[in-house]
Amino acid sequence: MNSANYLYLSAMLFTIGAVGVVIRRNAIVVFMCIELMLNAANLAFVTFARINGTLDGQIIAFFTMVVAACEVVVGLAIIVTIFRSRRSTSVDDASLLKR
Amino acid sequence: MSDTPVLQYSFLAPILIVLGGAVIGVLLEAFAAAKRRAVLQLTLTLGTLFIAFLSLLRIRNLTSAKAAMGSVMIDGPTILMQGTILLIAFFAVMIIGDVDNFTAQASAVPGSDEEKSALQAGRQQTEIFPLTLFAVAGMLLFPAANDLVTLFVALEVLSLPLYLMAGLSRHRRLFSQEAALKYFLLGAYASAFFLFGAAFLYGFSYSVTLSGIHAAVIGGTANNIFLLIGLTFISLGLLFKVGAVPFHAWTPDVYQGAPTPITGFMAAATKVAAFGAMLRIYYVTFAEANWNWRPILTVIAIATMLVGSIVAITQRDIKRMLAYSSIAHAGFLFTGVIALNKAGLAATLFYLLAYGFATIGAFGVITLVRDSSGEITDLNRWAGLGRRSPKIAALFSFFLFAFAGIPLTSGFIGKFAIFTAAYESGNIGVVVVGVLSSAIAAFFYIRVIVMMYFADDNGDSLTVVIPSPLTSIAIWVSGGVTLVLGVYPTPVLNAINTLATFIR
Repeated sequence: MNSANYLYLSAMLFTIGAVGVVIRRNAIVVFMCIELMLNAANLAFVTFARINGTLDGQIIAFFTMVVAACEVVVGLAIIVTIFRSRRSTSVDDASLLKR
Repeated sequence: MSDTPVLQYSFLAPILIVLGGAVIGVLLEAFAAAKRRAVLQLTLTLGTLFIAFLSLLRIRNLTSAKAAMGSVMIDGPTILMQGTILLIAFFAVMIIGDVDNFTAQASAVPGSDEEKSALQAGRQQTEIFPLTLFAVAGMLLFPAANDLVTLFVALEVLSLPLYLMAGLSRHRRLFSQEAALKYFLLGAYASAFFLFGAAFLYGFSYSVTLSGIHAAVIGGTANNIFLLIGLTFISLGLLFKVGAVPFHAWTPDVYQGAPTPITGFMAAATKVAAFGAMLRIYYVTFAEANWNWRPILTVIAIATMLVGSIVAITQRDIKRMLAYSSIAHAGFLFTGVIALNKAGLAATLFYLLAYGFATIGAFGVITLVRDSSGEITDLNRWAGLGRRSPKIAALFSFFLFAFAGIPLTSGFIGKFAIFTAAYESGNIGVVVVGVLSSAIAAFFYIRVIVMMYFADDNGDSLTVVIPSPLTSIAIWVSGGVTLVLGVYPTPVLNAINTLATFIR
């Protein structure tokens, strides 16, 4: 199968994630969309590694997974703290700082 | 390919020492007695930063060395930026050392019994110190990174602790948590763009190193669409980090909500790291493709300067005002980036040092102005401060003069150098807008000074607390550096000029 198709898929996944961040209201869902974007980038890395026959891209994919795991830890910590103090994870409710 | 990797530990020593100190800090947090924890953590953090600075001095002459198999580049700009970051972090930690700015227990719900009992029993958690060290380690690595993986990992290592630190304020905790949420979601969004851009640069050049990408840019045979996608998305991630228009929306909210010592640290040190990485990427990798990015960055620089200066006028909150002022300063720094000459590089490095110290000092002063419920950031309530505590008000005015770029302060020399560099590169439009927006910005800085000295005292309950010894050292040293860099900048400018050459 043509490797370029994987790049199209990656671009589509990235777009779904990027649009999802903008239109969804629940912080957890927004966060999931960001993870989708990271994984789309991973797919692009692996595809380029495959096209070129080098391993660099595949190794970067592992680095991204580790970083994404750290991001989950930090992100969920912040979202859970917010939920405990407001009983809501909607990003629209978090608007105290808008004067 | 089968060579054993060589790390060159001595070149990486500053970064490794800071990371090691952070890990020891985590252990201290777990095992040290609660009573002595704050003192131990503060000593450890300051000591670590000091030793890291000494180890940086040891390698200051190695201005063309690669470490970790070419992943980390030790050249003149790296040394200068790492030195700036370590100095700024050292004084920022002195202000962070006042742990009563931070929540006793971040996991407790605001206003709950748990929180009150933790406060009464004095069970103060001090995770802020190891978090600071982790962030500093990421900042040291970011401007030195010489390949895409190291860039991405360094970006995350510097960002993730900052997201948490933004949410640790003791007063107005809901604001602080909200700032952390916003900073995290938008920051992670920007890093995803950065990573996607990195993927396409890899697809463009089939190399992860910046020199490999540079070779592909010069070669001109690779797929230019990939270059454009990669360049755009990677720039997006960087522009977000420095708070450039139109990616600046997070800045005022996060600066206002985060604990003030952290805001100062974030504003000063993150800018150095992010502009450092940006300079390396644009000067080293994409200099030959500048027709692709220079026009757009010019527009962004102009928009950033104007929006930052104009919107700041309408702010009623001192931290929000300084946030917009930091956006305007990011715009001034961009004029150095798009100058794309040696003078531009040197001027940007000087400006980062000057702006960093003035920022640490200014936010340090804001931590001192309080009433019983915490810091007062409402500008109207600062009226008459000049009569109540003349010394602190004078010092704050001096920092504002530096931001405005009045002569005899570091801000003037910085602005002069950076606009000269932009002028030499032939970019007159940017210089005109820069000078104009400096004039607009001077208006709201002066307004604060007028407020402090000439407005009627409104009999407010606001007081300026006596600063702790460390905080006073930090703010007076920042004031001193701002003055010395403004009156006698020649040695620093010479040192920067000798060192400011990127190695490919």
